[in-house]
Amino acid sequence: MEFNIYDLTSFTSSFDQLLMENLSPFWAVAIEMILIGVAILAFYAVVGLYLVYAERKVCAFMQCRVGPNRVGPYGFFQTIADLIKLLMKELIPIKNADKLLFNIAPYIVIIASFMAIAAIPFAKGLHAIDFNIGIFYIMAVSSLGVIGILIAGWSSNNKYSLIGAMRSGAQIVSYELSVGLSLITIVILSGSLQLSTIVEGQRDGWFLFTGHIPALIAFLVFLVAATAETNRGPFDLAEAESELTAGFHTEYSGIKFAFFFLAEYMNMFIVASIAVTMFLGGWMPFHVGGWEAFNNIMDYIPPFFWYAGKTAFIIWVMMWFKWTFPRLRIDQLLTLEWKYLLPINLVNIIIMAFVVLMGWHF
Amino acid sequence: MSIHELMFYLFSGMILLFSVLTVTSRRILRAATYLLFVLISTAGIYFMLNYQFLAAVQLTLYAGGIVVLIIFSILLTSHITHKFEPIGIKKMVFTIVAVAAGAILTITTVLNYGFNTVVASSQNPDMQLIGGSLLGYGRDGYALPFEVISVLLLAAIFGSIVIAKKEKSK
Repeated sequence: MEFNIYDLTSFTSSFDQLLMENLSPFWAVAIEMILIGVAILAFYAVVGLYLVYAERKVCAFMQCRVGPNRVGPYGFFQTIADLIKLLMKELIPIKNADKLLFNIAPYIVIIASFMAIAAIPFAKGLHAIDFNIGIFYIMAVSSLGVIGILIAGWSSNNKYSLIGAMRSGAQIVSYELSVGLSLITIVILSGSLQLSTIVEGQRDGWFLFTGHIPALIAFLVFLVAATAETNRGPFDLAEAESELTAGFHTEYSGIKFAFFFLAEYMNMFIVASIAVTMFLGGWMPFHVGGWEAFNNIMDYIPPFFWYAGKTAFIIWVMMWFKWTFPRLRIDQLLTLEWKYLLPINLVNIIIMAFVVLMGWHF
Repeated sequence: MSIHELMFYLFSGMILLFSVLTVTSRRILRAATYLLFVLISTAGIYFMLNYQFLAAVQLTLYAGGIVVLIIFSILLTSHITHKFEPIGIKKMVFTIVAVAAGAILTITTVLNYGFNTVVASSQNPDMQLIGGSLLGYGRDGYALPFEVISVLLLAAIFGSIVIAKKEKSK
């Protein structure tokens, strides 16, 4: 079994062959499913934990503080300690709550983000499912998360939770339009919904650069709308701790609260991955069409590091948003979407279609 | 049993179970949640048939769109303590008779129909084909129905705005 860090296709396919030769197809598929599930679960947990750490460090940096610095070097194990604390904490049962829905809600939120992560291309060959409608699938499953939030808010039997859930519902339903339309702009340019084709199409330059003005507008709209869709500040009206205590998850404690918390960070990661895949070339190294020597040097960095680096950058930008802008009011939030982003997006799609039709893109 | 059969029975079982729970639950939001599970399991069956586009449409429109709308309206109108009254014995008997009659009719029809085993074409209708025929006006084109439906939707939106508009105070 050869292992080539630049192209994992041979590694995964030879592993698949090994299983298929030695086991019946049923067990081979079952083992592959379990392995991928465990791998994604582990990845999910580790990334979630370290995004929380990163957020605290970035927040501290923005506010001229040090941030967590006691547990381990540079506070590196702080979030692990937090996790252990959350696991040990008591789960407080609520009187007069709808217990079944109250318990299901965190799982709906976390499963929605878990399903989306399966279709994300991490590196060449490191891609669990490559649907031919890849980006549409990610949009579809990530839209299920809001149901969990709505159910959580209602079943808590708490007015703050209900208001938080209503706000979050209105926000996600409206910003989903902008996210979808800005991605469609890029789909027009790439001519495909399949994520591997989209990444492959950016071999000679990322879509952000090859689609020039309309792609740039779509990227900015996507960043704003995606930040809103993940319920992060400055759009965190669903939590709004100064007015609604903690919004839809006020009544949750212990590990169930941790699920919401983790899902929020993983949604940010998924959104950043989509942005990277659609606009910044996914795992594709930075290439400039025609510059052979430069492209060869760039190829020395393995694809996974390109992907991780770009995703980290987008996540950093989203954290920067959160700690710089003040929270919007609900009417300002809806005005921004329906009166500004949506019309801009619709016009932008027409411009992009025109650019592609005339062959003005690179 | 192949993994395909296993998944098929899993999804079908979920659809059956949650469909029954949807109509028998006495709490309205629970019913909506069970409906969500039914719709998601249906999407699972579409994925199994390798028809990914329809599966994603099922997830976005039904699970992500219509169920969210239903839950939203429940959140606005209903209180958590509200429970539907258990239905009377007379109604229950009639319902059971009607459901049994429907079930027998459907099952006998399905069993008597001679299904031809077709080797499933693994060809997955790709997006360009779907997009092309949706906006095509030649053979296999659906441009006219597409436009007519969009006019219908526009009319529906106007209608809802007119209904929702507040009357001017005299």
